[in-house]
Amino acid sequence: MGRYVIRRLLQAIPVLVGTTFLLFATVYALPGDPIAALGGDRRLDPQLVARMREQFHLNDPLLVQYWYYIRDIVSGDFGTTFRGVPVSSLFQGKFQVTFQLSITALVFEAVIGVGLGLWAALRRGRWQDQAVLAFTLLLVSIPTLVSGFVLQLVLGVKLKQNTGIDFFPVAGIQDGMRSYIVPGLVLAGLSIAYLTRLTRTSLMETLRADYIRTAVAKGLPRRRVLGRHALRNSLIPLITYLGADLGTLMGGAIITETIFNLPGIGQQLFQSVYLRENAVVVGIVTVLVLVYVLANLIVDLLYAVLDPRIRYE
Amino acid sequence: MKNPSVDTHLLPADRAGDEPLLAVDNLHVEFQTRQGVVRAVNGVSYSVNAGETLAVLGESGSGKSVTAQAIMGILDMPPARIPKGEVRFHGTDLLTMRDEDRGQIRGRRIAMIFQDALSALNPVFTVGWQIGEMFRVHQGMSKRDARRKAVELMDRVRIPGAKSRVDDFPHQFSGGMRQRIMIAMAIALDPEILIADEPTTALDVTVQAQIMGLLAELQQESDMGLILITHDLGVVADVADKIAVMYGGRIVEHASVFDGYRAPAHPYTKGLLESIPRVDLKGQELYAIKGMPPNLLDMPTGCAFHPRCPYRKENCVTDVPPLYTVSDTRGSACHYWREVLDDGSR
Repeated sequence: MGRYVIRRLLQAIPVLVGTTFLLFATVYALPGDPIAALGGDRRLDPQLVARMREQFHLNDPLLVQYWYYIRDIVSGDFGTTFRGVPVSSLFQGKFQVTFQLSITALVFEAVIGVGLGLWAALRRGRWQDQAVLAFTLLLVSIPTLVSGFVLQLVLGVKLKQNTGIDFFPVAGIQDGMRSYIVPGLVLAGLSIAYLTRLTRTSLMETLRADYIRTAVAKGLPRRRVLGRHALRNSLIPLITYLGADLGTLMGGAIITETIFNLPGIGQQLFQSVYLRENAVVVGIVTVLVLVYVLANLIVDLLYAVLDPRIRYE
Repeated sequence: MKNPSVDTHLLPADRAGDEPLLAVDNLHVEFQTRQGVVRAVNGVSYSVNAGETLAVLGESGSGKSVTAQAIMGILDMPPARIPKGEVRFHGTDLLTMRDEDRGQIRGRRIAMIFQDALSALNPVFTVGWQIGEMFRVHQGMSKRDARRKAVELMDRVRIPGAKSRVDDFPHQFSGGMRQRIMIAMAIALDPEILIADEPTTALDVTVQAQIMGLLAELQQESDMGLILITHDLGVVADVADKIAVMYGGRIVEHASVFDGYRAPAHPYTKGLLESIPRVDLKGQELYAIKGMPPNLLDMPTGCAFHPRCPYRKENCVTDVPPLYTVSDTRGSACHYWREVLDDGSR
């Protein structure tokens, strides 16, 4: 097991190199000159421009620039922006906000999605099942932009006005964990729908399995057949989805962060792409890729726990 | 009308005297499908007594497994429906019993083993856990005692090194060993009836013989009634006391295993026997029943076997044969059973 973990972590290295290089190359290929952009409407002193281009190795070929970047990353230096701010200082606290938001969303997704999915599967073909399916369709059709603003208005403003309940903060992170409830729900929306459907299908498929028939023939109570024999087997495919989704949630948090004014990494990423701050963009993505790789590693390890047929040597 | 519902009751011998341990009486099972109602079991009656082995023979789709599942009460209803019939266990109808009472019988007093033990065992639990579950759930036994009982049972079905293998998972066993585990699980609570649904189909021939031997031995030890569902006539001859041959949802022939093999009273049974390869007829063409098994959604009129039958006469196409009483212990659903019987086996 230990060797497997180490091997998997080593496998992450080529993944990281590949993704960072692709990103580096994409930002490199963007039109416009980031140094010239620093001056805004003013023309900058050509000498200064030349010096900065030299300082940031902008005259070197792509591969050389990339090499410098990777060399610094390995020694823990994320570099500085063109304005001279250390990139790592831009990350301060922001990853934490995004991570907390994504984890909140993931919890909502797991609880609501799995719960609804199981419920629907057990009432397959009846109105409850149809209602859950219709609900997921609705969730998929509402863009985050809409659900975000609507929930902000309903839970944050109207609820307070009409009932005096002031439980759901809908802007900023001053209220600690509570600040993440509504944003987390909004961010989870689409994933809840997918996971609900996946859970429903997975349990229905498990229930058709021969070993479920065996469990019934053993005279076990229905509760036990479902809770013991069916549940664990139907969870296995869901874990994969949840693991992969953590990365998606973190990368896709930008709209939610903007609506709810959360100082997360999404906004930083958007700004940096806009300003062509190569070092920042690639830095952020490097961390996201790491999160993704780790989440998938955890999924694979969980897999082995849930399904004894999978063993890692 | 095509494939009408047919009432068929127990043979005279089963109706006289004591009530059999298990009696299936005029059982009908239908499936509601998009293409219409499928009559999967159409008036099936058979009985099993303690220590007795009944072999239910037939091709896939003949209704033999559905009958067994109806006895166990593990049919998915809907789409399945039981419009009429009884399954009497010690004289009490299981089909009209309350769910809780039936739960007391299922698994404890009537147990079942399935064809493919790899898919029939839960892949994520150890075999010891799955066997021990019978004791934990039905007898409230502690985990530790249940595990000990599981080892005992694994010993009893002769799994080598039971003690060291009790915590292994199903995929770590060979096919034959897995079927032994299924059997251990089924006999855990000393059931009075054991239904074995194609227990050896997925196994090698040598392993088949071992499993059949094991079943016969266990039956003798505990005086179980055994219902052996199979399509393999070779498997049956050594262990069965009597046979019931199914075709198109009905039993077409009832016989003691000796009578049935010596001189079948139904052309389908005869065809099955003649299509067994024989050493003394080496070099000759192997006999095969011509045609295909019937489609339950589009059954032939009259006798379901008539399109494939060498004894067919005009009324076979129009009249559904009832189960004729050949003797007290023998029945045949063929209008011309006398001719078939007189011809004897090859």
